[in-house]
Amino acid sequence: MLLDRDANILVQGITGREASAMVSDMIDYGSRIVAGVTPGKGGQEIHGVPVFDTVRDAVAQHPSTVSVVSVPAPAVLDATLEAIAGGIKLCLIMTERVPRLDTCKILHLARQAGCTVIGPNTLGLIRPGIAKLGTIGGRLDNVKRSFVPGRVAILSRSGGMTTEIASFLTSHGIGQCLAVGVGGDPMVGSNFTDLIRLLEDDPTTDAVVIYGEPGGTAEEQLAQYLQEHGTRLRINAFLAGQFVDDMEGVRFGHAAVMVEGGHGSISGKKTALRKAGVFVAETFDDILTGLAS
Amino acid sequence: MKLLEHQCKQLLTRFGLPLNQQVIVDTPDAAVQAVRNLGQSAVLKAQVPFGGRGKAGGVKFVESPDETRDAAKTLLDLTLQSVPVRQISVEPKLSLKREIYVGATWDTSAKLPVALVSQAGGIEVEDADGGQIQRCLFDPFRGLSDYQGRELACSAGLSGKTMIGVGQILAKLTAVFLTIDAITLEINPLGETEDFHLIGVDAHIEIEDDAWYRQLDRLKIPGSQPSSGTGRPATELELAAQRIDSMDHRGVAGRVVEFDGDLALLIGGGGASLTVFDAIRRHGGRPANYCEVGGNPTQEKVAALTALLLSKPGVRQLAVIMNVVNNTRADVMAAGVLEGIQRAGLDPTKVVSVFRIPGSWEQEAREILARAGVEALGREISLDRASQLAVLHEPCNG
Repeated sequence: MLLDRDANILVQGITGREASAMVSDMIDYGSRIVAGVTPGKGGQEIHGVPVFDTVRDAVAQHPSTVSVVSVPAPAVLDATLEAIAGGIKLCLIMTERVPRLDTCKILHLARQAGCTVIGPNTLGLIRPGIAKLGTIGGRLDNVKRSFVPGRVAILSRSGGMTTEIASFLTSHGIGQCLAVGVGGDPMVGSNFTDLIRLLEDDPTTDAVVIYGEPGGTAEEQLAQYLQEHGTRLRINAFLAGQFVDDMEGVRFGHAAVMVEGGHGSISGKKTALRKAGVFVAETFDDILTGLAS
Repeated sequence: MKLLEHQCKQLLTRFGLPLNQQVIVDTPDAAVQAVRNLGQSAVLKAQVPFGGRGKAGGVKFVESPDETRDAAKTLLDLTLQSVPVRQISVEPKLSLKREIYVGATWDTSAKLPVALVSQAGGIEVEDADGGQIQRCLFDPFRGLSDYQGRELACSAGLSGKTMIGVGQILAKLTAVFLTIDAITLEINPLGETEDFHLIGVDAHIEIEDDAWYRQLDRLKIPGSQPSSGTGRPATELELAAQRIDSMDHRGVAGRVVEFDGDLALLIGGGGASLTVFDAIRRHGGRPANYCEVGGNPTQEKVAALTALLLSKPGVRQLAVIMNVVNNTRADVMAAGVLEGIQRAGLDPTKVVSVFRIPGSWEQEAREILARAGVEALGREISLDRASQLAVLHEPCNG
């Protein structure tokens, strides 16, 4: 499901300061990083990982199906198109502030190539006990304290809240099979609906916790999908930012968080999700409802 | 960033779209002169970066230069949605037999750009039921071809020369939409004159702030800059926070929105700040500010922001609450907060109501705080409970 234990992973932009720290944490957790790519830096090594100038060279020597893209915003389109052209099937884009035209171009070609995109503007994803992509959870000790294997998936528009929710579930004896920061932008590669579709067919998942925010239509889309298709999964949603409903046109936190022209309000999202049979937690602590083992 | 009408018209004209040309003036005298030069009846419009100005009295029709002075003065005295009108446009009044709507925006569900057209344009188009607007997703690399534009125009019920013309305009409009990194682009109304010419009477464009770096040179729009994001002029405190945030590119520590409570908040990341702000209010607390901290800011940024938040008159305490941090260092946060409190000349044991940053470097943070007599709460205290404690707590000293 999304990321297998034996999947080989590339990191694009591996020689950057933040990517370098991330690579060390990922390796510590058991992620199989086989190569890095930074144009012009081919031949170097980062934490023992060989660096190549092009994705083509990297995959020729180290066949890979997953890439973590950690390059500056103006370079994201080109780097991701390079990954897709190199046969990558799961691409995680960590970079913030990617223009949505670039995101859209990436997704258009990714669809044709059968490549799944997570992000942009995500801290990553993790399958507890198996592997992680991105900086999610931070250092090994923190990842192990926050995430333990189990049967609940977490899908979150906030990277920080992904770990917070996992840590909260873990402290109540509830493990996780997958946690994904879907990205804080208005348009992302895999939204709640895309991922729920995957989880529906995954026998290791029983329940899902959704973390939503004001702005965008991800929660409304999910509600509509559930109305039409139903689900076998227990879904609990927690939506933050109720106060933003009263402050039209002001952006808070992530790029997508804004209520405009009455659209994207938390009240509207809660109503839609409840109508679709989702349990909506009024307080953070309520996300445990119905999950206890 | 939302462009003003005259900026939209200049831009679209440059790309070969037909728009009714206008002159921009900022005094009644200049408006009179402009109408005289036109030598016909004219329309005066307040230049403000949002729709609905017609209904709000921001558009005036004048038959002669004599009528113009009063109309122009009225418009220049207007304040619409708390934005004072500084400029008005003068353009020839057209005799239209039909008003059409054309536009493009993003469909975040389909993850593609979408072209829109309705044969019932003008000020009512947004009130009209969605069924009257025809939509067509398009290729983000190419926009619509002419034939696809014609297909869309046909599906909107247009025919003959009008259909062909609207089809061409749609093709051009979608190409411009992609070229300028627009979030929305509308020509409304797109008027059809008695002699079958199509001409845009009003236009709206919003350019994506995140693409501004590559559009600045291309667009060359005088006086334009990315929006501040708050919808009202920033306060002194908010501006000071922005300066703190921009003094170092590492991490975020300064996106502040001021409120009129007595509890200063240093909260993050992006999602937890929303969660905590809601919870503080639900528990009866009165936040002095919203803010967002994350992405591993430096100690200096945290210290400067802490001191700033505590400098607000009426603030009594500070709550520091973050989610289990991934890459932000809790010890750097702790040292920064203590340094900021010291700069403000306050006693940390009295001013900190709660400090809750579990995660990376949590133990080191706990030790730093303990030396100053402040207790660090761990992850076993949920965001909700920490927010409640921040409201209830007497100053926290173990």
